[in-house]
Amino acid sequence: MWDYVKLVVLSAIAVFAAIAAQYGHDLAYSVNAIVVMLAAAATFIWVLRRMYEPVTVDPDTYNDGVVRAGVIATAFWGIVGFLVGVVIAFQLAFPALNIPGVEGILNFGRLRPLHTSAVIFAFGGNALIMSAFYIVQRTCATRLWGGNLGWFVFWGWQLMIVLAATSYLLGGTQGKEYAETVWYIDIWIAVVWVAFLVVFVGTLVLRKEPHIYVANWFLLSMIITVAMLHIVNNLAVPVSIFSSRSVSAFGGVQDAMTQWWYGHNAVGFFLTAGFLGMMYYFVPKQAERPVYSYKLSIIHFWALIFLYIWAGPHHLHYTALPEWAATLGMVFSVMLWMPSWGGMINGLMTLSGAWDKLRTDPIIRMMVVSIGFYGMSTFEGPMMSIKAVNSLSHYTDWTIGHVHSGALGWNGMITFGALYFLTPRLWNRDGLYSLRLVSWHFWLATIGIVLYAASMWVTGIMEGLMWREVDANGFLVNAFADTVAAKFPMYVVRGLGGVMFLLGAIIMCYNLWMTVRAQPAKAVSPAAVPAE
Amino acid sequence: MDTYSLLRQFADSWMLMLMTLLFVGVVVYAFRPGSRKLQDDAANSIFRNEKRPAPRDAETGSRNTKEA
Repeated sequence: MWDYVKLVVLSAIAVFAAIAAQYGHDLAYSVNAIVVMLAAAATFIWVLRRMYEPVTVDPDTYNDGVVRAGVIATAFWGIVGFLVGVVIAFQLAFPALNIPGVEGILNFGRLRPLHTSAVIFAFGGNALIMSAFYIVQRTCATRLWGGNLGWFVFWGWQLMIVLAATSYLLGGTQGKEYAETVWYIDIWIAVVWVAFLVVFVGTLVLRKEPHIYVANWFLLSMIITVAMLHIVNNLAVPVSIFSSRSVSAFGGVQDAMTQWWYGHNAVGFFLTAGFLGMMYYFVPKQAERPVYSYKLSIIHFWALIFLYIWAGPHHLHYTALPEWAATLGMVFSVMLWMPSWGGMINGLMTLSGAWDKLRTDPIIRMMVVSIGFYGMSTFEGPMMSIKAVNSLSHYTDWTIGHVHSGALGWNGMITFGALYFLTPRLWNRDGLYSLRLVSWHFWLATIGIVLYAASMWVTGIMEGLMWREVDANGFLVNAFADTVAAKFPMYVVRGLGGVMFLLGAIIMCYNLWMTVRAQPAKAVSPAAVPAE
Repeated sequence: MDTYSLLRQFADSWMLMLMTLLFVGVVVYAFRPGSRKLQDDAANSIFRNEKRPAPRDAETGSRNTKEA
């Protein structure tokens, strides 16, 4: 019965998408409609072929299939996102790489949102969904709730990525940073994200452990807050049901404030709270020691939750935003330094008594460097939010450097650590294929980030100083193009840093692939054999 | 008073105090006597149930979930 409902709904979606592709006002919309039609048709066939096959699931096992898929997707989208990043880095250094023949599709302006969304939402998002599904099952000692709903979340998220990527390249955008996806993709994100929330909370409710482990608190806050931020920031009225254009519900400074309330908390909850959830699980597991202070983790959590949500206005210093709002954003950003460093200390001190592992275990080294970058970028961020500093740093490459030391250093490295941790366990392999290759990855990535961040500091501060330089008569000394010319060597260094980071990630993919292909299966004691 | 001023005044007085007190309450609660044992247990919970869910209890022992 339920299968018939699915088939009817899927065929209705496919037919409507086919009609919409025909009537679409813009190319991005029509191409998206075709993608939706194909996805609905593929799902239709999948449902149809399995209609009368009874599916029995052993509740005494964890649902690891969806986590394995998440590991593959995270690694895949990571490579895609880093590659696009390297391409646009060199497009900035060598404008000739904006090739005339594909102008309007593969130029910097179109590829830039593709890069940011690919690394944040495709690489980071898959890392979060995969870790959340893995962690919540282990710490609740119960199978993922909701049956195939977990798979819906996974495939729904991949569909969103493909829709967003094709839409960006063909010009579909709302013009809101990190929220470029157009209105119908926003609706789809909300649907998938609520399903994610339902699966996560359903599993928490059925937990066999009395306490909800702190990693789950961070992950849950990430899911709830991102749902709230995403829905409010994307309140808009579509121009037509056959168009990707829409009009925001807010205007002017309210729109800007809503956007940066979203934008900064996307950093705060998606890229910080969620990844802290990963830290609080994977670091103690890899170090084989419980977290340094559980009390500190509780205080870390609540301090972060109470402070982060107010920090957004620091993106709008010296704009039409009221002075008090900008000051409030600055003060809360500076206060945020304390819980951030509390969390960093908690993560690092988890290794106290096991520091020798740093010498022998490149995975723990990766995680420690990741926490180090977390500490560094959460020191740099509050500093840059101070108005006097911001007047120099804003609109310069310093911001780009800050974002990347956080994203490559903190989010990237902790995700790599999680992938190295999960792959042998999920595919039941006896350890990784090669620890030497992990070391190669570690050094390539670390040096790559250092090159990236250092070159962006230099060019950012230089650019900021050049912009404000005036001569004796009070005239500006430099034209904008002068700063662009002066930045060239730093842009090449940044691009090379990106190449090294990408190279490290490719080595990781090879290592993970060989772990699954070539490593012997882990010898299991009879007690641990699955009961199926 | 217009809505904006009213809400703003409420936000930076009573609401701010309520949130600060809530946070202080959370911190005090984390340090309450007897919390250490529970927190140690929670911190070590990640080292249990690595391979499979906790054993089922008696009344739900026979369930074999069907998934469509």
